[in-house]
Amino acid sequence: METPMIEVQNLTKRYGEHLALDSVSFSVRHGEVVGFLGPNGAGKSTTMRILTTFMAATSGTVRIGGDCIFENSMHVRERLGYMPENNPLPPDLRVGDYMKFRAQLKRLANGELTKRIDGVMEQCGITDVAGRFISQLSRGYRQRVGMADALLAKPKLIVLDEPTAGLDPNQVRSVRKLIRKLAGDHTVLISSHILSEIEMTCDRVVILHEGRLLASGALEELMTKTSAAVVAEVQTTLANAKEWTAQLALGPTECVEQPGGYVRCRFADTANANTREKIFASANERGWPLRELSRQPPSLEDLFVNLTHGKEAGE
Amino acid sequence: MRVFCALVRRELSAFSQGPTGFIIIASVLFLIGLGFVVVLSGLNGQATPMPVTQVFYGTYFFWVILLIIAPVITMRSFAMERASGTYESLMTAPVGDWQVVLAKFTGALVFYAILWLPLLVCSLIVRFYVGESAVLGFGTMFTSALGILLVGCLYMSMGCFASALTRNQAVAAVSGFAMGAALFFTGFFSYFAGDRSDWLSQLARHVSLANHMESFSRGVIDLGAVIFFGSLTTLFLYLTHKVIESRRWK
Repeated sequence: METPMIEVQNLTKRYGEHLALDSVSFSVRHGEVVGFLGPNGAGKSTTMRILTTFMAATSGTVRIGGDCIFENSMHVRERLGYMPENNPLPPDLRVGDYMKFRAQLKRLANGELTKRIDGVMEQCGITDVAGRFISQLSRGYRQRVGMADALLAKPKLIVLDEPTAGLDPNQVRSVRKLIRKLAGDHTVLISSHILSEIEMTCDRVVILHEGRLLASGALEELMTKTSAAVVAEVQTTLANAKEWTAQLALGPTECVEQPGGYVRCRFADTANANTREKIFASANERGWPLRELSRQPPSLEDLFVNLTHGKEAGE
Repeated sequence: MRVFCALVRRELSAFSQGPTGFIIIASVLFLIGLGFVVVLSGLNGQATPMPVTQVFYGTYFFWVILLIIAPVITMRSFAMERASGTYESLMTAPVGDWQVVLAKFTGALVFYAILWLPLLVCSLIVRFYVGESAVLGFGTMFTSALGILLVGCLYMSMGCFASALTRNQAVAAVSGFAMGAALFFTGFFSYFAGDRSDWLSQLARHVSLANHMESFSRGVIDLGAVIFFGSLTTLFLYLTHKVIESRRWK
């Protein structure tokens, strides 16, 4: 069997009394793009800091390409490209000088250094700002400098902590494109609390919540486990609609008033197969005009709400 | 070695970017100049029984430069990297903890050594006009420079340690100053101790920076002093390394 690129077992991290990670286990295969998903404070950055050898875990083991990160820290770092949270860069250096400094730290041979720097700067679209000070760059450019640094040594594993935070939609799209292009040659781990982003870029997701692993697996697989939502628009008052949905008892429901005297009801968790039939019959019975009744494919948002909801209900 | 050189260059380039480095150079230049003027006008053409370098150490200027400027040089080394977050990308690059500690120390020491170059120029001017090698021989100048460098090693390592403990540069400078001043004033007790031979007086004499510097400025290389400075520098570098390493303690 092929050794996984990342293998995390029972990873636990305590900050004093606070339990930041609670026995998290998952693995990532070579060439996969994996999304790390969770609300702020879920433990995403903590996990990434441990994976990148920046700090130690309280207990548990992590292997990167078969090497224990604690015993073979240097060997792991040589094969790693990491962009930390908020992408910290020294403001007093010019982009070109910074790339050269980083290339030297990453032990790129003198012969290939210039060629490689030019290559990644081209790839990330920062060639035209090479002579500018980092302090003068816009957020989008800074982010791309961080990405270029992560790619510099052709690392096997690229870890990007919230790579699209604070970017405008066009920049987000170009970063996404870049990440997609990296798949196959590199294993990529990105974190985000933006669901749509992970949905568009990743093959697999690892979902964290309050330091615990909620789910991990192929996106499609997790999606099939999540039941689709059903949306119905009926002509009635909001109060009536709320009472109606409560009576139907089809799981968590949201009701929003629409213009023209309609109420849009969204049944989020519809495990039952004939939900639509039930809704139609019930609305008909009450004599409420029904102008829409549709089944919506599950979004990652639904998955996340379902998972966290289930945890909270179970406690 | 290439990685180490890249790190040292980065340290030195940080001094040349922005005003801090130049403000430090200007202040030291002013203090050295003032110190020399005071020494020369004090002598005022009279014969002196000791080398000029020794007179210079007797003034406050030398110690002001050391006590106040040293922590300002080292305050940014680790604290700024921590505050800006670049510490994380540095420590996840394939760079050893010792390499980082020694590079930061070396960068600070080289900058410190550059600061003292004007003193060399002043000494050469005196030598040129006095024309008497007894007043200022090359040997004396060499041992004085060695003394300045050794005491610099100690204060730079102490400052690096202070900077590694915090992410706030001001806190790093103040705690570095406090440690440096504590060591300096402990040595002061040797003046009160006189000829007493109890262990406390002996200790005070042993840690007295002024005593050690005096022998260097007379042209004597005191092995005890070299060991004293060397061992304390090693101790503080070791402690700095431990602080850097502590992020990966379980």
